[in-house]
Amino acid sequence: MNAADRIRKAFFGFYFAAFFLYLFAPLAIMGAATFNASRFPTVTPWQGTTLQWFSALWADTGMWQSLWTSAVVAFFVVLVVLPIGTAAALLLTSLHARARSFMYAVMVSPLLTPGVVIGISTLVLWRQLGVGGGVFLIVLAQSSFIICYVMLMVAARLQRFDRTQEEAAVGLGASKFMVFRRVILPFLKPALLAAGFLAVLQSIENYNTTLFVRGFDTPLTVYIATKVRTGLTPAVNALALIMIAVTIIGAITYEVVRRRNQRAG
Amino acid sequence: MSHSVELHSVGMSFGRTRAVSDVSFTVEAGEFFSILGPSGCGKTTILRIVAGFLQPTDGAVLIGGQDMAGLGPDQRPTAMIFQSLALFPLMPVWENIAFGLEARGVAKAERRKKADELLHLIALDGYGDRMPGELSGGQRQRVAIARALAVEPQVLLLDEPLSALDLKLRQHMRSELRSLQKRTGVTFIYITHDQSEALAMSDRVAVMSDGILQQVGAPRELYDNPATPFVATFVGETNIIAGEVSAIDNGIATVESTHGRLRGRAGDGLAVGKTARLYVRPEALEPDGNGGNRLTAEIESIDFEGAFALAHGRLDDGGELVASIASTRLGHAPSIGERASFAFADVNAVVLPDD
Amino acid sequence: MTDLYKRFGGGLGTLFVALVAVWLTGMVLAPNIMMIDYALKPNLPPAEIGGPRDVYSLDNILYLANEGVHRAIFFKTIWASALVAFVTFIVCYPLAYWLAQNATQNQTAIVLLALTIPFWINEVLRTLAWYILLAFRGPLNALLMSLGIIDEPVRWYGDGGVLAGMTYAYILFMLFPVYNAIESLEKSQIEAARDLGASVWRTHWRVVIPHAKAGIATGCVFTFMLAAGSYVAPALLGAPGSRWFTEIIYNWFFEGGDWNRGAAYALVLLVLCLTVVLVTLRIARVSLTEVAK
Repeated sequence: MNAADRIRKAFFGFYFAAFFLYLFAPLAIMGAATFNASRFPTVTPWQGTTLQWFSALWADTGMWQSLWTSAVVAFFVVLVVLPIGTAAALLLTSLHARARSFMYAVMVSPLLTPGVVIGISTLVLWRQLGVGGGVFLIVLAQSSFIICYVMLMVAARLQRFDRTQEEAAVGLGASKFMVFRRVILPFLKPALLAAGFLAVLQSIENYNTTLFVRGFDTPLTVYIATKVRTGLTPAVNALALIMIAVTIIGAITYEVVRRRNQRAG
Repeated sequence: MSHSVELHSVGMSFGRTRAVSDVSFTVEAGEFFSILGPSGCGKTTILRIVAGFLQPTDGAVLIGGQDMAGLGPDQRPTAMIFQSLALFPLMPVWENIAFGLEARGVAKAERRKKADELLHLIALDGYGDRMPGELSGGQRQRVAIARALAVEPQVLLLDEPLSALDLKLRQHMRSELRSLQKRTGVTFIYITHDQSEALAMSDRVAVMSDGILQQVGAPRELYDNPATPFVATFVGETNIIAGEVSAIDNGIATVESTHGRLRGRAGDGLAVGKTARLYVRPEALEPDGNGGNRLTAEIESIDFEGAFALAHGRLDDGGELVASIASTRLGHAPSIGERASFAFADVNAVVLPDD
Repeated sequence: MTDLYKRFGGGLGTLFVALVAVWLTGMVLAPNIMMIDYALKPNLPPAEIGGPRDVYSLDNILYLANEGVHRAIFFKTIWASALVAFVTFIVCYPLAYWLAQNATQNQTAIVLLALTIPFWINEVLRTLAWYILLAFRGPLNALLMSLGIIDEPVRWYGDGGVLAGMTYAYILFMLFPVYNAIESLEKSQIEAARDLGASVWRTHWRVVIPHAKAGIATGCVFTFMLAAGSYVAPALLGAPGSRWFTEIIYNWFFEGGDWNRGAAYALVLLVLCLTVVLVTLRIARVSLTEVAK
């Protein structure tokens, strides 16, 4: 090993340590604070180890209420974005070169629009129509950009579709509807599952857009952010810790399954 | 039971490109008919026009005597087998085979029964619940055929379905396809660029080049009596000698060439005084044989191929000569470096006008 | 379009077109037009709507131009967002490079998986983690004091806190495009550059970065846009002296009660973001079609 290699190794070693410290230290501290008896979530000073914040979380009806609101929103978002995103992808792949790049630009534009602007524009439109903020507007505002993700994922899968399958089906006498239901839709299923999963995550995680259209409804992100002003307790950390734990278990399971599949061939 | 297919002056343009011009031929009911040509010659376009995926710009297609104008692929008594096979990868084999029946609203139990019958026909009993991805290339091939046969088509259209298989399997599938066609009695229209495939399997062959139909005929006829220079060179191997026609007598043309006076059967469009080419097959050339026509060449190499050997020689004017010598007669063959004289009979050569 | 109908027939084809139309006109176009309408009209009591004073004007936008504090916050948001994009790029680039060129397949899988863990939990909780870490009597100050690096606690909330929190929040939006771009670079090109005597620094500057230009532009554009439009990080990690443009917009809506002025400010933010996006892509010669993940 020469000097240049050693310098490079040292650089990457130091960099990785710093990077992953940056990535995980905040989460670790947030998780650890769950067990501190301090009323404000922190790890310094340590005022004694306790599990009381888990029961506080359990007793926090506002938290559960907001979680339910988020779940309802996410459910309807999925219902809206999957059909529209799929239709958009199918439309896009059926267009010819120039029209396609124009439509593509139009269809990704919501991704390049700041979240607060999406919330505000939805809010003012519907106020004009006599509808105020609430779950309905949250669903509409979130969907308007989550559709883009679905469209991109479905379009990516469609690019690998062998269109002679469509011709074969038509040649065997299938109606256009049957071609769609029996050939195209099953092919898109993995992309639709992934897109639906991503849509749920995006919906639950959204704050910037939701804040403006929430009306008197309080989804989880809004509830947590309000807590910071009205009195944050480590009960929130307990929730975060549970979410992190679920994520890590999910990630490990995914990796184990992936490796097993890889070995299976 | 099966239908004939007639093409009347069919033409097809894509924008400004002319893919096919003025193609007319008739495929008899129950015939194994091949369309042979290099890639880009328009043969796939013809097949897609017959299937109904394309509507021709000119001319008409009749199937079983009925004009197919305006009918889509789902309204025609045809079924197509694609080059990629286009099996549905996410459906088990039996659902693939029964897909056409599902489209026609046949009940599930009956679909399954019919699929099992077809699986038996293609000797894949018990494979119904496998996925297409679990089958070998040849098995997938047979499933694609069964899927097409399930809708009981009058005409089966095959677009180079064997091209993805290796040589051994391809040869096996040739005879299997041929016997399947005889058993079912369905009219087959088979597209290929492989002339040995077309000659081995077909009742008749249409040869195409650059969107134009060159010749239609039985394999022997194409081989022995090519109508155009393209057919003469594309179907089988041949030697070409250029010259000028000095006489046409009783169907035999005399050509004056740098190798002397040569004779062969006269093709269409020949005229005395015009330039022409004489085509003679390697197996028609006999070393030290008798006959009025002689070609002399210096032997450069002899490639042993098993049943026969190919002798490559250099003619006096620098041209190439290939002669086929049966292995049993190799003992008498000229050796490398030797000057040898080859003779051929008039009836074994064809004279065609220059392109 | 005709191809769509040919593929799916009248019924399904019309359904697809209708769905897309509902989305693009009802959920994207109409709201934005209404926002522009709001932005260009004065805030009037209900009685005066439709009256002589209810006319289009640029007053709301000019108000922003003339109001010194808001204007300063606006420009500060722009350069701070650009700084966020730049810092995020610096943080992500070595990792993206290592993942794309040096890591084995399994290493890549594990690192990418680890990276996504903070991103499965939501942006508010991510920011909250920083809120706890950076608290005045929080762990970071405690650590630095026990190490003797500082003598008394530092107030991290403010510009520094916002920068740290935002960079943290948008790492993935930068990492993935840059990683994808570098991955398509042939290793032999880097080796060739080394072989020809280029320094590590020059190899990156002249070979890797130009190749990954499209990915870098995409990552920067997204990070900038997300930062400029973010509300949660400045709200939690900011200080009174580090206000963000989105906070002013929020105030117009829910505290000032002037939706028209709020809409005008939002419109300015939108135009700014789209301009930055288009100009950046133009400079990097990336077409909008390549901005997909």
